[in-house]
Amino acid sequence: MKAALEAIRQKIVVELQEAHDMQALENIRVKFLGKKGELTAILKQMGTLSAEERPVIGQLANDIRVFMEDHIAGRSAQLKDELTQQKMKAEKLDVTLPGKKNPIGKKHPLNIVLDEIKEIFLGMGFSIATGPEIELDYYNFEALNIPKDHPARDTQDTFYISDNVLLRTQTSPIQVRVMEKQKPPIRVLAPGRVYRSDAVDATHSPLFHQIEGLVVDKGITMADLKGTLEIFVKRLYGEDSVVRFRPHHFPFTEPSAELDCMCFNCHGKGCRLCKGEGWIEILGCGMVHPKVLSNCGIDPEVYSGFAFGMGLERVVMRRFNIDDMRLLYENDLRFLNQF
Amino acid sequence: MNLSMKWLSDFVKLKVEPREFSERMSLSGSKVEGWEIEGEEIKNVVVGKILSIEPHPDADKLVVCQIDVGESEPIQIVTGATNVFPGAIVPVAKDKSVLPGGKEIRKGKLRGVVSNGMLCSLGELGLTAHDFPYAIEDGIFIIEEDCQVGQDIRSAIGLDDTCVEFEITPNRPDCLSVIGLAREVAVTFGKNLTLHTPLVQHETGDIHDLLSVSVENAQLCQRYVAKMVKNIKIKPSPRWMRERLRASGVRPINNIVDITNYVMLEYGQPMHAFDYQYVKGGKIVVRNAKVGESIMTLDGTQRSLSPEMLVICDEEKPSAVAGVMGGEYSGIMDDTNTIVFESACFSGTSIRTTARKLGMRTESSARFEKGLDSETCIPAVLRACELVEMLGAGEVVGGMIDVDHAAYQPTRITLNPEWINRFIGIDVSREEMVSILEQLDCKVDGDTIIAPSFRKDLEHKADIAEEVARFHGYDKIPTTAIRGAAQGALTDYQKFERTILDTLLAQGCYEISTYSFISPKYYDKIRLPADSPLRKSVVILNPLGEDTSVMRTIVIPSMMEILSKNYNNRNAAASLFEMANEYIPVEGQELPDENPVITIGQYGSSYDFFTLKGVVENLLSVLGAENLSVEAESAIPYYHPGRCARIFSGSVELGTIGEIHPQVAENYGIGVKVYVARLSCNALFEVRCNEKEYHPLPKFPATTRDLALLCDDELPVQSIEKAIRVGAGKLLERIDLFDIYKGQQIPDGKKSVAYNITMRSADRTLNDEDVEKAMGKILKNLSDLGAAIRE
Repeated sequence: MKAALEAIRQKIVVELQEAHDMQALENIRVKFLGKKGELTAILKQMGTLSAEERPVIGQLANDIRVFMEDHIAGRSAQLKDELTQQKMKAEKLDVTLPGKKNPIGKKHPLNIVLDEIKEIFLGMGFSIATGPEIELDYYNFEALNIPKDHPARDTQDTFYISDNVLLRTQTSPIQVRVMEKQKPPIRVLAPGRVYRSDAVDATHSPLFHQIEGLVVDKGITMADLKGTLEIFVKRLYGEDSVVRFRPHHFPFTEPSAELDCMCFNCHGKGCRLCKGEGWIEILGCGMVHPKVLSNCGIDPEVYSGFAFGMGLERVVMRRFNIDDMRLLYENDLRFLNQF
Repeated sequence: MNLSMKWLSDFVKLKVEPREFSERMSLSGSKVEGWEIEGEEIKNVVVGKILSIEPHPDADKLVVCQIDVGESEPIQIVTGATNVFPGAIVPVAKDKSVLPGGKEIRKGKLRGVVSNGMLCSLGELGLTAHDFPYAIEDGIFIIEEDCQVGQDIRSAIGLDDTCVEFEITPNRPDCLSVIGLAREVAVTFGKNLTLHTPLVQHETGDIHDLLSVSVENAQLCQRYVAKMVKNIKIKPSPRWMRERLRASGVRPINNIVDITNYVMLEYGQPMHAFDYQYVKGGKIVVRNAKVGESIMTLDGTQRSLSPEMLVICDEEKPSAVAGVMGGEYSGIMDDTNTIVFESACFSGTSIRTTARKLGMRTESSARFEKGLDSETCIPAVLRACELVEMLGAGEVVGGMIDVDHAAYQPTRITLNPEWINRFIGIDVSREEMVSILEQLDCKVDGDTIIAPSFRKDLEHKADIAEEVARFHGYDKIPTTAIRGAAQGALTDYQKFERTILDTLLAQGCYEISTYSFISPKYYDKIRLPADSPLRKSVVILNPLGEDTSVMRTIVIPSMMEILSKNYNNRNAAASLFEMANEYIPVEGQELPDENPVITIGQYGSSYDFFTLKGVVENLLSVLGAENLSVEAESAIPYYHPGRCARIFSGSVELGTIGEIHPQVAENYGIGVKVYVARLSCNALFEVRCNEKEYHPLPKFPATTRDLALLCDDELPVQSIEKAIRVGAGKLLERIDLFDIYKGQQIPDGKKSVAYNITMRSADRTLNDEDVEKAMGKILKNLSDLGAAIRE
């Protein structure tokens, strides 16, 4: 009997080697371990054994059962693994095939940059203000210290709706409206469309965008203006940007300045981009003129403030290397796609 | 304003390279646009003397010259010019020389004879006969200057000035002059400013015997100063004057005209010289033009005048448009014997409107319109007379007529150094401030600053702060952060705008940006009826063109324009949107309403009415708009009458959606179907709901029922869904339409609609009884609509 048991042990090892699918494995299990299996058949003869032999053979039979179960389980895991390998081999993909995309829209380049600028100023505690595009002469000019006969009106070719109403030529009227409504402290950024009667060409458009900023509080200084705008320029153009403030004139600020940034292209040596000057004009700014504060009902003896303004299109064109402003308003998808 | 550096050196002694000069002037507030070094390109051109001229052996029209150029041997040059002669002093471009425009000259052979360079004409040196009136333009420049053979041509003929171009801001008309800029230069570089007091040596007679001046409009003519010169000898002005004028961009004419221009450039005071023989009755009258009056101006144009314009007249008629341009007879002629110099101060506003109305902006009007200084009239006219004497151009008549209505009062401003330091954020001593102000010709008397008459821009302590800041140096102002707490944040509306933008981008729409003005003809293109209230636009009085002449009352044409451009540029499909304003005039309101709207436009094979509707529904869902419903709409002229709907949230109309009318698409040259939605931002903002609240995930299973219905084809599914919703009541979780079928087995005029209905209770598992009860109600409601279960 002992020999018969040992023979089964040998036999199952050989048969397992030849089982190549789960069904064959199951058949082997039934053949050896099933109710009518070979091991059971041998064990049925246990009654013929002596009392001394019985525990010895019983132990051996048990060992062989465990041996067989382990081997079947081992072979089963092996087979499963082989099958998975085969299946995965068949599933191999050409990973260089293109992805399946959901359509996704894109922001207009003007808004991409505008949003960036808004974020910078929101981070510095500014709110965002808006105002009407069709505006009263008073807000666009007079309240800003540009009376009817002021020569500065000549430089801003204005579209008029009537004697008193015009398309705003700048976002500065928003300043005035904010100051009329809100008491200091004021910190606002006012972006918007503005209009000037410039014929359309690569660098001009009768409609463009400006971004105006205004800060009014007790004790605001020109040093605050410099600090705020320097941070802005560095966030927009990079920490290594070099800026300078150059005296200028605007009717609604005094002192006034223009902020130049060292040419990104030639680093101050002078090139075509900066027209040989080494510097690029970025924005106009200044301390809010005391007359403007008074016009808005804010006491210039108590409060002071600064304001700044810049054209959005020029910033956008420089950012993306766009050489023709008309592209921004043609809205060709082949253009919009690129941002 | 172009500044000649040689001229500047009359007032400030300065040795500095143009680049540094420009940089420092820009940083003190006089912005330099660029500079030009005269004759910079000219290289290796010298003064030569023609020693001999021989005929060319092989060419009739050429001659061979031997020329002394100051070297050990004369050089040989072949020329075709006919005005050369032995002994002539000429400009010689030697071998390897360069002329203006980068033209290089090399030695070579002309018809076999060696020529070691070229003799130059005026034009080849970049000059004209105005620069050297004794020379001819179509021949070699025969030099009559005092110069040495072999000398560099640039120094020999004065082509060695540097001209710096300044951008002068409108508040600083005083800097439209050499003296004004010299003052800025002196303060910027810490140099002395040497001013000169004009002095006339000899005068004869008395102006009052010859001339009277009456000013009828003292408002427009604040001051009128006249001085006379007789026995005029018209001739070219001397070289130094011509050179300076040329460097300043002014063409030399003759001594008298040049003097008026020279004084204008030096003092910033426009001058005019009248020929006395045409001053009828010896009277100058400064008055407003009369109705119907006209004048032939110096440029040969007949111009009709209107009564708000100021004119300079004699007894009879206008002889000049004040401050703008002289009349035909006011100019200097060859037979001019006696002249009247006018040095006046006119109202800037008046000159500005007159010049604009007449369409001629001159050097003179450009200065006057900024508001000039009445105190400069006399020094300027004396300078003109001094120059007359210096140039031997005539005899100055004694006396001066000065009609002064300016009543000039100097502006006084309190000096408050503490305030200035606080305002700018600097710490500059009172002494430094006073020193800057005094260099700018302000008088400081105790705490009072008296501004000079030519600085009308100095009115307020903030103006003084600027003067201190710019000469102290903007770069020396520290940079600080704003103190105090800030409360910056987006408003609810701004957050709402961002949500819209993000949602539309996520659905594949591209953002566009269009002009707010359109052509009124575009209303025809979108089929607005003639009496449509939308045709009442805000009209621009002075548009650039018809295409941009009215502010749009509706955004549809703007969207159509861009869709059309994309279609015509062969972009196969487009899905675009814009958030922009419509401008609606309102009776009794000075300013129109500006209503923000969202327009979404699509064309191309993957888009149809329902893709657009899906985009809109997603947007409304993100915004949290509830109780949505749509109503078929067939009367909007730019939409397809059978494919258009109005969208509502409760009773609030949000906008419209639909296929563009095929005629409109055709009007825009689009050959495919176009879908456009237009939503009011104000309405969306009103119905939006930001409040999101968590509902527990379901604990009990749902029950679903399929329902296939047969109903009239005309019955909108919205009504069926409403019947189901009402019937199922609180148990309803969702309704999904999964099939609509027309055709075989369905009678004509009917359709089959199939739904999957999901019902669930939050607190128990539904039993059959619950569900059957609900289904019963649903079927009852449906049968009221004429919809029955499909057998």
